[in-house]
Amino acid sequence: MFDRRLITHFDWPLLLLVVLTALIGIANLYSATSSWSPLSTPVYLKQIYWLGGGILLAAGVSFIDYRHLQHLGFILYGLTLLLLLAVLLVGKTSMGATRWLDLGFFNLQPSEIMKIVIIIALACYFAGQDTLAGYSFGDLLLPFVLLGLPALLIMKQPDLGTALIVLFIGFTMSLFAGIRRGTLAALAVLAAGGAGGGWFLLHDYQKQRILTFLAPERDPLGAGYHIIQSKIAVGSGGFFGKGFMKGTQSQLSFLPERHTDFAFSVFAEEWGFCGSLTLLCLYLLIVIWGIYVARNAADLFGTFLAFGVSAMLFWHIVINLGMVIGLLPVVGVPLPLFSYGGTSMITTMLGAGLLLNVSMRRFTF
Amino acid sequence: MALNTGWSGSPALKKRFIIASLAALAIFVLLFLRLWYLQIIRADAYQALSEKNRTRYIPIAAPRGSIVDRDGHMLVDNRPAFRIAALRQEVEDPEKLLARMAELLDLDLAILQKRWAAGRRFPRYRPVPLADDVSRSVLEQVMEHSVELPGILTEVRPVRFYPYGESAAHLFGYLGEITEEELRAAPYRAYHAGDFVGKNGLEKVFEQYLNGIPGERRVEVDVQGKKLRILKTQEPVPGNRVTLTINRDLQLATEAAFGDQAGAAVALDVRTGEVLAMVSKPGYDPSLFARGITGQEWVELLHNPLDPLQNRALKGQYPPGSIFKIVTVLAALESGQATARTKVNCQGELTVGNRTFRCWKKGGHGITDLKKALQESCDVWFYEVGQQVGIDRIAAMARRLGLGTPTGLELTGERQGLIPDQQWKQQKFNDRWYRGETLIASIGQGYILTTPLQLATLMATVANGGTVLRPYLVKRIEDMAGKVRQETKPQVVQQAHLDQSHLDVLRRGLEAVVNEPRGTAWLSRIKELPFAGKTGTSQVVHQRKRRKRDAEIPYRLRDHALFTAYAPAANPEIAVAVVVEHGSHGSTAAAPIARAMFDSYFKLQPPPANGAFEGD
Repeated sequence: MFDRRLITHFDWPLLLLVVLTALIGIANLYSATSSWSPLSTPVYLKQIYWLGGGILLAAGVSFIDYRHLQHLGFILYGLTLLLLLAVLLVGKTSMGATRWLDLGFFNLQPSEIMKIVIIIALACYFAGQDTLAGYSFGDLLLPFVLLGLPALLIMKQPDLGTALIVLFIGFTMSLFAGIRRGTLAALAVLAAGGAGGGWFLLHDYQKQRILTFLAPERDPLGAGYHIIQSKIAVGSGGFFGKGFMKGTQSQLSFLPERHTDFAFSVFAEEWGFCGSLTLLCLYLLIVIWGIYVARNAADLFGTFLAFGVSAMLFWHIVINLGMVIGLLPVVGVPLPLFSYGGTSMITTMLGAGLLLNVSMRRFTF
Repeated sequence: MALNTGWSGSPALKKRFIIASLAALAIFVLLFLRLWYLQIIRADAYQALSEKNRTRYIPIAAPRGSIVDRDGHMLVDNRPAFRIAALRQEVEDPEKLLARMAELLDLDLAILQKRWAAGRRFPRYRPVPLADDVSRSVLEQVMEHSVELPGILTEVRPVRFYPYGESAAHLFGYLGEITEEELRAAPYRAYHAGDFVGKNGLEKVFEQYLNGIPGERRVEVDVQGKKLRILKTQEPVPGNRVTLTINRDLQLATEAAFGDQAGAAVALDVRTGEVLAMVSKPGYDPSLFARGITGQEWVELLHNPLDPLQNRALKGQYPPGSIFKIVTVLAALESGQATARTKVNCQGELTVGNRTFRCWKKGGHGITDLKKALQESCDVWFYEVGQQVGIDRIAAMARRLGLGTPTGLELTGERQGLIPDQQWKQQKFNDRWYRGETLIASIGQGYILTTPLQLATLMATVANGGTVLRPYLVKRIEDMAGKVRQETKPQVVQQAHLDQSHLDVLRRGLEAVVNEPRGTAWLSRIKELPFAGKTGTSQVVHQRKRRKRDAEIPYRLRDHALFTAYAPAANPEIAVAVVVEHGSHGSTAAAPIARAMFDSYFKLQPPPANGAFEGD
């Protein structure tokens, strides 16, 4: 049942945008880790492998009609939730957090899978409702339970960044699905109260991060160090940047976590405002393209699916960039296609695969 | 598969896509504005911060200028000294490290802790000195254990080196760490805490010439403060080379001639005022200060009753004794109260009013004229003549000859001595001047005080025909390229306006002192080199009775022995003044030193040992 139209309508520009951004990210990783020991496999090379695997994965995902997922959505959700529970019980602990399941050859991070699965599950739900009239509080109960369970489990690991991303994806999709005004207002009040109450549930280091974000200069050598050094790196890039491999903040290790969460700071230091602006435009283009895909989807499930993936990418980009340029507190959220890490690359490419999937079937009914 | 046919055209949904796109755009604009702020508006500030992150400035000490004698012989130089220091930012456990260092350096832990605490004044990357000028064996010990001593490093610094030990230490002065008070003063604006500066002597007076310009090494460091590469090196500019007027061999010979005796000696070139030698005894070892003097050593120097730190040549004030007779003679000749033929019958004493003034020679000198009075230093001749001349005319002549005011040598702290007259007595004691005091003043006792440097200047003035020259120590200052920064020319303080015939009479008398058998310095004469001189004794306590034998008088109560001379007698080049504290007799204690100085200056054979001789 292979359809020639799928090739004709394949979204080449989207794939190109994603791969281009990933390649810039790999060049940036090459610079960020150039001073590292040559004994182990270089980080940029590993990232190339992950990108290769990710492209294959995205292609694979795009060629299985997304509409099959509409039947599988809740089953996938249930399975992932079980994995999250398993993490709490038998998970692997590293650096004070229990996030991984040790599969022997691979450390699985179910919270990352949940980012994609929650999109599918919510798309299933909202598409099934088939209404644009606006949801009431009662209508939203089920989606919020779907959202709340994994968020709580992830928070417990603890992994504030991922929990927030899951919540943000869910809320964005709910908003898009439409919420009645009165319900929206009530929710806003509830969220404010929840934030206040949530403060007491936060771990000390999480509270510290938020306090440090508010006044990083109070503790320049301790908790505020990351933010200060990152701002120095970005700011000292100036208009044209210090040049590839010539960023003093990154090359001399003043910038912490420079291959993962703070990869953008390295780029901004070496390529300056010109580079940052170019990258910002690329990311904006990807997000807008995702919304465009959602708009042109063949059905409501496709629309929600594409919109959810766009929301996921958007929140990752905004939270990470906001963090490294000192607009948001330091929560460990990677920059898609830019931060080193197999999990992040796989999640992003899965999302990209879904977008391609929806996009190439926009005329298929 | 549900077919949602009606949805895509729905205006409500269309609106939501637009809102979502605009919301995304709006937040990206926010990110854009923030990047604009960081990378464009605040770029300079952040660039400065990133430069500060990665660069450290390490000062390189500039070698201090050397000091050489008039012929270029090195007198004060620099040598490398090894310092053990700790870099604060790399020290993990100061207590443990200091305890280990105390062991290796064989120092008190408390001392190290004090130095460590003092280092807090320095910037973090500036090493805190723990031990200065350590020996090579200690250095090797520390290097061997360097792996277990994180943060410990060694530095090489130039420190002062004195090839001739104690010699001329008073002229050079010494260095010490700059005080907080000095740091605040204008001349030290470019200095930093921990710098060494001249504390006295030439080192202090010529600080701005001797001190070089420190260099600086700008290094790139990583986040651990580890030096990665040198970005730029500004080489230090060594201090200027100071050439003294001192004649090294004469200086050394003079010091050797003093032996263990305390006192001072000065040699001047009578034609220019150049100081050829300047000695003050006892001395001290300036290298103590170069390596950092300990508290105990400092206290010992300060409380030594012989005061070794004082430069007696310009700070010691002594009654000139019979040397002052030079002044009295000139005043008498000019006032007409005496001529070369004026004769006095010396009976060994002279009674004025109800007081008896004794001559140093018990039975007296008999009939004595001017020449004999100088030659044999007859006191009674001067009592008689002096009381006729009067104190004011004697004092005026003394001042014309440069006494009673500092000579103007470059060194600080020079004393002015004292030339009394009637007005002075009235102001100081609210009392009139007594005739007896004139008699005492005529032979240089009483209130009169002079420094050895003033006595040398006096003799130089007599030798050069009456020109008072400013004595000076620094001949020339040059930078490393040999460019002359300062050169001292002879400088006339004043003309004494002496009558040539009076001078001739005086000089014949002074020649007789040395070169004629009954002269008081006859035993110190040099056959090949006739010179002229005058002995003197200055009373430490007034003795009513005739002297006991010298050995029976306690050291502190013995008289000071003085001698001044110039040579050669006919065509003088050099004038000297010698004071031997508690040396008793100018003729036996001081004149031989002057003779040794002439031997050295004129490169003559040293004399055979002299027999004992008693005289003034």
